Amino acid sequence: MAIEHLPSRPGAPEHAGSALSRRRFLQVGVAAGGGLMLGLRLPFAGDARAADADGFEPNAFIRIGGDGQVVLTMPYVEMGQGTYTSIPMLIAEELEVDLPQVRLEHAPPNEKLYANPLLGVQATGNSNAVRGAWRPLREAGATARTMLVAAAAKRWNVDPASCRAQSGEVLHAPTGRRIAYGQLAAEAARMPVPENVALKRPEEFRLIGTPAKRLDTPAKVNGTAVYGIDARPPGVKIATLAQSPVFGGRLKNVDDTAAKAVKGVRQIVRLDDAVAVVADHMGAAKKGLAALVIEWDDGPHAKLSTSQIASELETATLNPGAVAQDTGNTDKAMARAVSKVEAIYEVPFLAHATMEPMNCTVHVREGGCEVWVGSQVMARVQAAAATTAGLPLDKVVVHNHLIGGGFGRRLEADGVIRAVQIAKQVDGPVKVVWTREEDIQHDMYRPYWFDRISAGLDEKGMPVAWNHRFAGSSVIARWLPPAFQNGLDSDTTEGAIDLLYALPNVHVEYVRVEPPGIPTAFWRSVGPSHNVFVTESFMDELAAAAKQDPVAYRLALLDQAPRAKAVLVLAAEKAGWGQRLPDRVGRGVSLQYVFASYLAQVAEVEVSKDGAVRVRRVVCAVDCGTAVNPDTIRAQIQSGVIFGITAALYGEITLKNGRVEQANFDTYQMLRMNEAPAIEVYIVQNSELPGGIGETGTSAIMPAVANAVFAATGKRLRKLPIDPAALKQSP
Amino acid sequence: MAFVIKVNGNSHSVDVDGDTPLLWVLRDVLGMTGTKFGCGAALCGACTVHVDGVATRSCVTPIDSVGSSEITTIEAIGATAAGAKIQKAWLDLEVVQCGYCQSGQIMSASALLASNSHPTDADIDEAMSGNICRCGTYLRIRDAIKQAAQSSGQGG
Repeated sequence: MAIEHLPSRPGAPEHAGSALSRRRFLQVGVAAGGGLMLGLRLPFAGDARAADADGFEPNAFIRIGGDGQVVLTMPYVEMGQGTYTSIPMLIAEELEVDLPQVRLEHAPPNEKLYANPLLGVQATGNSNAVRGAWRPLREAGATARTMLVAAAAKRWNVDPASCRAQSGEVLHAPTGRRIAYGQLAAEAARMPVPENVALKRPEEFRLIGTPAKRLDTPAKVNGTAVYGIDARPPGVKIATLAQSPVFGGRLKNVDDTAAKAVKGVRQIVRLDDAVAVVADHMGAAKKGLAALVIEWDDGPHAKLSTSQIASELETATLNPGAVAQDTGNTDKAMARAVSKVEAIYEVPFLAHATMEPMNCTVHVREGGCEVWVGSQVMARVQAAAATTAGLPLDKVVVHNHLIGGGFGRRLEADGVIRAVQIAKQVDGPVKVVWTREEDIQHDMYRPYWFDRISAGLDEKGMPVAWNHRFAGSSVIARWLPPAFQNGLDSDTTEGAIDLLYALPNVHVEYVRVEPPGIPTAFWRSVGPSHNVFVTESFMDELAAAAKQDPVAYRLALLDQAPRAKAVLVLAAEKAGWGQRLPDRVGRGVSLQYVFASYLAQVAEVEVSKDGAVRVRRVVCAVDCGTAVNPDTIRAQIQSGVIFGITAALYGEITLKNGRVEQANFDTYQMLRMNEAPAIEVYIVQNSELPGGIGETGTSAIMPAVANAVFAATGKRLRKLPIDPAALKQSP
Repeated sequence: MAFVIKVNGNSHSVDVDGDTPLLWVLRDVLGMTGTKFGCGAALCGACTVHVDGVATRSCVTPIDSVGSSEITTIEAIGATAAGAKIQKAWLDLEVVQCGYCQSGQIMSASALLASNSHPTDADIDEAMSGNICRCGTYLRIRDAIKQAAQSSGQGG
């Protein structure tokens, strides 16, 4: 992409109240082929590197061609969360074009240029695509529009103020003249870059806030959408693999006599800790794999079990950890409290189980390597492939694809490394496809966490002291080491610290304990998926101890948090909070502020005599600031709720003799159509900065369900997933 | 040995073992990648195709059991009346998220609609509960099937 560099200009300071300290830059020039090209930077949040940078390097590009087509090259990937629709809306809004006029191109892997402003690496995750792009993309759109109008005014020799932009054209109302952007693009590129552009006020938005149609949908209903697993470079062979069933084990011996006799099997690839069968098609590869006689050396974790890991975590919480929050004097307040409530909570390892099993296609050639994959982290994929293949970075070409579910799984490059290891031994391109069993048993798991939490209450039952210590893995410490500091990271503690409630004395500690041999990773909402369950379940325990209504109890602590209060009131009202319910049916509430969005949920559950929990209805009230695409927000919350119910009812990865005990959807169950509750989503309209949405529904629903089970049965759930045996009605 | 199968109206000769699942013949031998792999054990429905109009999990359907049956896949389902209505309803209601399971969802829903023009909630549960959607699009799938059924009622 050629761009004629013009002098960059520093932008005006971000308006007050923004959580992000952004320094804005913009480059404008002539695109290859003669159009208008804008390069913009989505800088890091509070990152010194962005401010100190000597030269300006754009990391997103907008190109307006002679045909009027607007092409955005951007660093975020589509995983089903609607990014490919929401992001173009931001440009289209200010540029005054219709949404279909904006086309997206995948950004090539380049960690330096395409860093996600909130994560600091090229990644789509943490529900932050819209948050990071909100201002820079609208400014870029407004700048381009101003220059197109200037170009038209110059051509017509009229005052630019007498012209306006609409639907991809500049209009001169007094004379009725009009001209399309495509015809102006080249001239616009030579107009002076405006120093300041005024952005629209929320009441002027015509796209933002409307339920725009998703741009990526049509190909997904007719079989033409291409995911990573659909890549078919000419001559590709298909491989499937068996990895050491115990993490850290080695391959000892393989008898491949029978496998080689399978029709279509071409090659057996041996690695230190895995074996793969390469074949003409996956049917033959699987049949070949089943025919292998494999001997493993199970290694140091041969006896590892979940109970051992849990007990190590339990012990770890007896010792102090890193202090994540220390407000007031908790010890003193606890000593003076009228009563005390204490509890222990535990949440399990969880697998991602994306519907598209892990896969990666690789062609290693003399002096080069090509990779076909669907990834949330293109630059990491490239780097991992280069290191594994022993090649310089510029000899690795990565083709990104649609992602059949991310949820954090495709923020990792472990599958790429494995595929390159195999491809190095194969002549020609090879597509490595994990069976579902391999996908679940060799995932990188949401960490297991163990929590001790206590509160001191005053004579009215209100909390005067809050003490919380928990132990578990830090994903950030491995994934982005510089972000793990003083024993803490922002993800692990999100939802455990700085709670919405007026709590005068708060002490929160985190103890990092990495489970032996078990790789952990981000999983939809990560830290909050654990912390919100613990804190919101415990808040419910406090209300019960105070003999107060859970909603009223929370409201009494929210005078300083009006937006939180508003969503809680709204959810309770819409759910009919307080209305009578049949026996063994109950409502539970949760409230959270994570990913910069407020969300209240009321779940209504029914518990059968034999203890089975059915979630009947979920009411959600969300305040995520400016709602860029309300339909996507509704869809994402519905999605997050289903994902979270699956975890609350069924989600659990356990280990026995070092082996993951779950394997496919019969032993690692998913919520199905017949179990899906009615889900209502109410969006609070305002013009605050947009918050994240893709993960919020998941963390909020787990405590809402557990609290509803308490309301229905009087049984408090402090461990997930829910154990029906504990809820069985005594005869 | 070689098998001749009929997919979307076209005959194909494929030389694979008789126990090879239809899924891999479609995806890897014929290159029709619209039909998806999810579990390999008929637990998730991502691989659903129609065999003589019946929703069938292709991941556990050996090629030697197919015979001269008419196989229809997501690539051609839009040419059937029910399939076209389902696809339209899917777009109208913005059902899809990551989209990976949706080929299978649409194939199950089309088979339901073709055999039952006015499915009840219970009928929908029965026909669709074998299809897992990890993005949790179930509510919109239910609404879309009902909308497609309504358009059946109006237009035939």
